[in-house]
Amino acid sequence: MKKKIGVYICHCGGNISDYVDVEKVRQAVEGDEGVILSKTTMFACADSNQKEMVDDIKDRELDGVVVASCSPKLHLLTFRAVVERAGLNKYNYVHANIREQVSWAHSDNKMGATEKAIQIVKAAIAKVRNTESLEPVIVEATNAVAVIGAGIAGMRAAIELAEAGSQVYLIEREFFVGGRVAQWDDLCLTEETGKELITRLYDQVMSQKKITLFTGAEVIENSGSVGNFNLKVKITPRHFKLRCTEETLQQAIDVCPVEVPDEFNFNITTRKAIYHNYPSEYPQLPAIDMKNCTRCGECEKVCPNIDFSQKTEYLNLKVGSILLATGFDPYEPKKGEFGYGEIDNVVTFPQFKRIVHYCDDKLVYKGKEIKNIAYIYCVGSRQVDGENKYCSRYCCTAIIHTAITVKKKYKGIHNYHFNRGIRTYGKAEVWYDESSRLGDIYLQSFEYDPPVVEKSGTQTIVRIKDMLTIDKEIEVVADLVVLVTGMVPRQDNSIGNLLKVPRGRDNFFNEIHMKLRPVETVIDGITIAGASQGPKNIMESINSGLAAATKSFSLVNSGELALEPTVAKVNLEACEWCGKCDEACPYNAFEKVETGGKFIAKVNSAVCKGCGMCLPVCPTNALDLIGLTDEDVESMIDALIPNI
Amino acid sequence: MTGGKVNNSPRILVFSTEKISDPAIDMAGLLKLHYPPTVYTIPVPCSSSIKPRWILHALEQGFDGVFIAADGTDCPYGESCTEKTGQLMSVTQQLMKEKGIDPARLKMAAICSVCSEPFVKHVKSFAEYLSKSSN
Repeated sequence: MKKKIGVYICHCGGNISDYVDVEKVRQAVEGDEGVILSKTTMFACADSNQKEMVDDIKDRELDGVVVASCSPKLHLLTFRAVVERAGLNKYNYVHANIREQVSWAHSDNKMGATEKAIQIVKAAIAKVRNTESLEPVIVEATNAVAVIGAGIAGMRAAIELAEAGSQVYLIEREFFVGGRVAQWDDLCLTEETGKELITRLYDQVMSQKKITLFTGAEVIENSGSVGNFNLKVKITPRHFKLRCTEETLQQAIDVCPVEVPDEFNFNITTRKAIYHNYPSEYPQLPAIDMKNCTRCGECEKVCPNIDFSQKTEYLNLKVGSILLATGFDPYEPKKGEFGYGEIDNVVTFPQFKRIVHYCDDKLVYKGKEIKNIAYIYCVGSRQVDGENKYCSRYCCTAIIHTAITVKKKYKGIHNYHFNRGIRTYGKAEVWYDESSRLGDIYLQSFEYDPPVVEKSGTQTIVRIKDMLTIDKEIEVVADLVVLVTGMVPRQDNSIGNLLKVPRGRDNFFNEIHMKLRPVETVIDGITIAGASQGPKNIMESINSGLAAATKSFSLVNSGELALEPTVAKVNLEACEWCGKCDEACPYNAFEKVETGGKFIAKVNSAVCKGCGMCLPVCPTNALDLIGLTDEDVESMIDALIPNI
Repeated sequence: MTGGKVNNSPRILVFSTEKISDPAIDMAGLLKLHYPPTVYTIPVPCSSSIKPRWILHALEQGFDGVFIAADGTDCPYGESCTEKTGQLMSVTQQLMKEKGIDPARLKMAAICSVCSEPFVKHVKSFAEYLSKSSN
């Protein structure tokens, strides 16, 4: 029984103390049995407080420590490390969650929240009284990582992981790599195109022996946990043999009678059922889109490399960690939103990028040369009424950069930017400056009074009440209206659902902590990178890809993982070997052994995963989980009931 | 500190699971989905590790209800979890009947790692049931 317990109650800035009276909590627990020190702290996780805790543990010879703060998913390990630094076994630390499960959940009821916080801290104190010093259980971890999504973040992460020495399975759902960056032409701040970046990364991926790239591949089943995930991957065939010459391929494409909207060009062009996104897309082997192929057989007549006998394959992969880099979808405006889908010269930003890519000396759309371009900002982002409250961040910079490119590439272009305040953060501000110097016109409105796009005869008019000229109503006759659309989460979230990765309020994948643990998820062993987590530019995507790679690598590289020592323990006196624990155990961790003239159950602690499935089935209550004994649980229950 | 009123909602003990339902309960807080502050959570590794005696202890010590936020089919320890959690439910409810405790004071639902809204809905309706049945 602990006699020198220290308790720290965190304000978390105001995240906790705005709703929970932390001083009242401290006073309520300071007299609890064994508590010799109780403090409130502005930020328990801050370096200064950690140092103070180490000093307290040493000076006061504390034998048990409780911190009441955020979720243990965030800082359990932080405070265990603090305790360890002070020379105390880390399992003598107990964490109380009074933020996610108290102050935030009950921000509508401050008195109720304070009362709940008191009981939760009392329960943690009750638990810490019984803790024992323990050593972690070491299990084998597979030194392999599945990187899902071969866009810019996924490819960069895969290269990093392979260079560090892990086996990497790079799994791409599409037949071609590169994701959204492959669809992007000129990039901002560097004189490179998206295609060039992808080419460089693809070459590196291919030269890495430790990376296996799967295209047309989807993860369809998942089991296991950190260190040992078992993934089943479905691989759809391309229906092409490895060697394919340009000439016969072009003939096959020409004879294909199917024409469908080309998603690579955001549906402004069409493609055949046999396709490659552009002649040098990677892998440089075309694919047949079987959803649209009619099996007419025309292509087989002209191209010997087409092979309809290729079958869907299923692969089982074992990995220690999963890195998700599944990217984003561009926002698709609703029909009629700023004339989209109704007025024929209204396009989205991604479509505009493709139009600029295809037009050489003149900017032409639907047969008409474009001179006046109206850009409408924040379409699908910063919505007042819609769900997308967030700013997509990349679009101001990207559209201004594109407007400059267009002005330099074609003659006689006039750019009109209908914005809601420009956010060219960081180094991109120079582009805003350049565009202004080049004569681009900036018109600004509030979110509740957006510009209006109208058709007047053959003309398309964009009208705004411009706040920069004191609400003067200004009209622009536009040859093309570009809706500067933001990023939204992937519409198809099947991988997120399969892996049960939580999504945040914005519906993107959610990290454990935005600032302190930005690439980990609450599912141990699953990391997130790139725009799957929220709007990011290329540099930010790569940054997060590298961070996620490092985090995944740190889990698998040593080939073993230290797991919680919460394994089952047999009470020798109470056990009468009936075999029920053995039946309940999914891991065969029990063994029947003879001792002291009777048969009893013995736990193999290297095999036991600490699930506790054996606990309720024991008829003589001879089983406990270390760290979750009857005494632990029942003393916590008692502490949760207030003494009235 | 001002504002809010003293809460007399029924006391509910939730057994959550560290990897699956506890993250969902955390996220309910993050999303500010409110539920009665008399709902307390004890995380366990897996919902099929809950001993009937813990549940009985909670009910006998003053909790009005016990809610098992079960792993369901998402249990990282295997598929048998659903069946085993179901078994411990029925064993416990049998024991409750024998002791003259309303078996409906124990409730279970599968709460996945992103099931924050279902969690809040379940505990709210459970709290409503418990307040009605105690009157």
